Amino acid sequence: MVQVTSPAFKQNAARALADTGLQKALGKAKGAFLQRRAEAVARLPEFEALRDIGRDIKNHTLANLDFYLETYAANVERAGGTVHWCSTADEARAAVLAICRRAGARTVTKGKSMISEEISINDHLETHGIEPVETDLGEYIIQLRREHPSHIIAPAFHLNREDWEADFRRMHTDLDPNRVFNERRDILAEARTKLRSRFLAADVGITGANFLIAETGSSVIVTNEGNGDLTQTLPRVHIALASIEKVVPTLEDATSLLRLLARSATGQDFSVYTTFSTGARRPTDLDGPEEYHVVLIDNGRSNMIGSEFQDMLRCIRCAACMNHCPVYGATGGHAYGWVYPGPMGSVLTPSLVGVDKAAHLPNASTFCGKCESVCPVKIPLPNLMRHWREREFERHLTPAAMRRGLGLWAWFAKRPQAYRLATRAAIGGLRLLGRGRGAFRSLPLAGGWTAGRDLPVPEGGTFMARYAQQQRKR
Amino acid sequence: MSEPKPRVALFVTCLVDLYRPSVGFAAIRLLEQAGCLVEVPPTQTCCGQPAFNAGDRATARDLARGLVDAFAGYDHVVAPSGSCTGMIAHHLPTLFDDDPQYRAKAEDLAARTHELVSFLRDVMGVERVDARFDGTVTYHDSCAGLREMGIKAQPRALLGGVAGLTLTEMADPEICCGFGGTFCVKYPDISVRMVTDKCRDIAATGAGTVLAGDMGCLLNMAGRLRREGSPVQVRHVAEVLAGLTREVPPIGEAGSP
Repeated sequence: MVQVTSPAFKQNAARALADTGLQKALGKAKGAFLQRRAEAVARLPEFEALRDIGRDIKNHTLANLDFYLETYAANVERAGGTVHWCSTADEARAAVLAICRRAGARTVTKGKSMISEEISINDHLETHGIEPVETDLGEYIIQLRREHPSHIIAPAFHLNREDWEADFRRMHTDLDPNRVFNERRDILAEARTKLRSRFLAADVGITGANFLIAETGSSVIVTNEGNGDLTQTLPRVHIALASIEKVVPTLEDATSLLRLLARSATGQDFSVYTTFSTGARRPTDLDGPEEYHVVLIDNGRSNMIGSEFQDMLRCIRCAACMNHCPVYGATGGHAYGWVYPGPMGSVLTPSLVGVDKAAHLPNASTFCGKCESVCPVKIPLPNLMRHWREREFERHLTPAAMRRGLGLWAWFAKRPQAYRLATRAAIGGLRLLGRGRGAFRSLPLAGGWTAGRDLPVPEGGTFMARYAQQQRKR
Repeated sequence: MSEPKPRVALFVTCLVDLYRPSVGFAAIRLLEQAGCLVEVPPTQTCCGQPAFNAGDRATARDLARGLVDAFAGYDHVVAPSGSCTGMIAHHLPTLFDDDPQYRAKAEDLAARTHELVSFLRDVMGVERVDARFDGTVTYHDSCAGLREMGIKAQPRALLGGVAGLTLTEMADPEICCGFGGTFCVKYPDISVRMVTDKCRDIAATGAGTVLAGDMGCLLNMAGRLRREGSPVQVRHVAEVLAGLTREVPPIGEAGSP
C-alpha cells in the first residue's frame, strides 16, 4: 500500500519549503498551467455555463449512481467485456492479478492512472513476479526513481530537467554519454526508445478511465502522448481501472465534461488523444484487445454518498484546484502524504484513509477560495474542508492548545461586557509592552506569528472604548 | 421632502476594535458623508469566524445569535472587512439549519449586511470621496472580499477619486497573502512563504503604500514588510478614503503619521 505520511504534513512541508530543487520546479510548472488555463477559458465564452452543466451532470449521476452503474455494467458485458466489482483496494488488486495470471502475463504496460496508485497495483504485481511498465512520460521517470506522483495530471511536477537527465544517465546503462538533454523533446525521444519494445512485449495493458459511459458501456481516456492507446490496443488483454464515480449517463454527457476537462487541466481545448473503448475486439475489427476487463472500484466512495462530502465525487481530476492553490504551490504534492494532493486531496484523503490520519490536510488551507472558483464542476472545496474540521472538532482531533484558546476567546465573545473589559485590558497591556515601537520582533506565546513576521503593536485603546468616550463628550 | 437617511449599524469587527480603531472612525466618517445615520450597537463582539473555521459550530452558532440580536432593526449593517461580511452574508444562515426561527432572522441579517467600500459604491452610489493622499499605492484583493463578496472594482473606483493618489497594480493582486485566520499560526512556515511572495509582488510595483480592506491580511503583510525592513507602508483602504492618514501612523509603525 502507498504509505500514508499525512500525519507528518508539517514536517513534510518544512522539508519541501527548504528544498531548492523542488521550489524551482514548482515555480516553473505552476506559472505555465495558470496562464494556459486562463487563456483557454477566455477563448470559450460559454465556459461558466458549461461549469453549471458539468456540475448538474455529475449531481444527477451521483443521485442515481446505482442505476447508472448497473446500466454501464450491463452494456460492458453486452459488448463482450467483463466487469469486476471491487469494494476494496484488496479486492481490486486480487482481480487485476487474477486476470494477469490467467493471461500468463510477464509484462504489463500501464497508462497513467491515479486509482492504480490508490490501490498500489504496481507493488502487488511486482511481488507476484509480473513487471509493470509505466508508459506515461512523467510516470516513467517516477517509476525509475521509485517515487509516487506529486500531482494528479503531471506526476513529475516536482522534477527539473536536470533530474530527468541524471536519472536517465543513471538507469539507462546503455546510454551514449555524449547524448544531450537540452529540451523536453530529447527526454521524450530517449523514453520512447526504451518504451517501444515494452509496448510490443506486453501481455496486458492497464489504463485508468476518465469517464465510463453508461449508455454504451465505453471507457474513455485522454492523453497527450498516445501512450494510453498503445497500452490498451497492443496487448492481448486490456484492463481499465476505474472508481465508481467515473460513470456518466451518455456519450453527450461525456463530451460536455471533456470540454471542461482539458481546458481546466492543461489549458488545451482538447487533449491530443481522446479514446473511447467499447468491449473486446470483434471478429471484424482490425485491432484491439481480445479481452476487455473493467475493474470497478469503490474503496470508500459509497460511504461519501449521502454525506456532506458527496459533492467531492463530482471531481473529474483536472488538477485546476492544486494548480491554483498557494499552499500546494509552496509545498508541492508529496507533503500531503498520500495519493491525492492539493485541495481535492485535502477533502478526498480524509474520506478514503480516515480523518484521524489526514487531520492536517483540511486545516492546511487559508480558505482563500481560489480552488472553488476554478473547479470545472463547482465543488465547494473550502466548505468541504470545513466539514472535515467539524468532524475533527467533534472527535477532539483538534489540537488541545487550539481548543483551549478558542474556548477562552469564545467565553468572552459571548459576554459583551466582560469582553469589553478583557479586550481593553489586553490591548492596554500589549500597547504598554510595545510602547514607542511600531511592531514586536518577538512576543511570548506568539512564536507562530513572529518566527517570520513582526507583530504590529495595536494603535491604542479599543474602538469601542474610544467611541464610548467620544459619545459621552458629545 | 428628501428621503429619510438610512439607519446603518457599524459592525466594527474584532480586529479593528482591538488593533486599529481608526478604521472604525474612518468607516463612520465615510458612511456619514454618504448620508447614513450611523450607530454602533454596543453588544456586538465577533462574527464567530474563528470558531466556525475551526469546526466549532456550537460556538459559532451562539455568537451568531448574539450578532442577529445586536443588529436587529437596522436598514443596513456595514463592516470594514470582506471576511467578516462574508461570514455573515454567506455562512451565518447555514448555522441554523435546525432552527427555522433564527434561520429566517439570520437570512434577513445576511441580506442587510455589506462590506464598507462596496456599500458606499454599490448601495449609496458614492462616486467620489473627499480625500487627498499624495503617493503611489497598490491594492491587495483580500480573498473573502473578492470571492465571496465580489469586491474588486469598488475600492479601485473610489481610490481613483482620491486627489494625489496613483494606483499601481501588483502582478497578481488576487493571490492569497497567507493570513487565513488561525492558518498563519498553525502553519507558519507555509504562511510566511506566501506572505513573502506577496511582499515581493508589492515591492516590485514601487508603490510606497499597500492597501487592503481586511485587517487580517494587513497585519500579516505589515508584519512581514517590517521584518524585511521594507519601506512600504501599510494601511486599510478606509483610512485613505476617509482622509485619516495624517491622524494615524501606518500599521506596524510607531510615532506620528
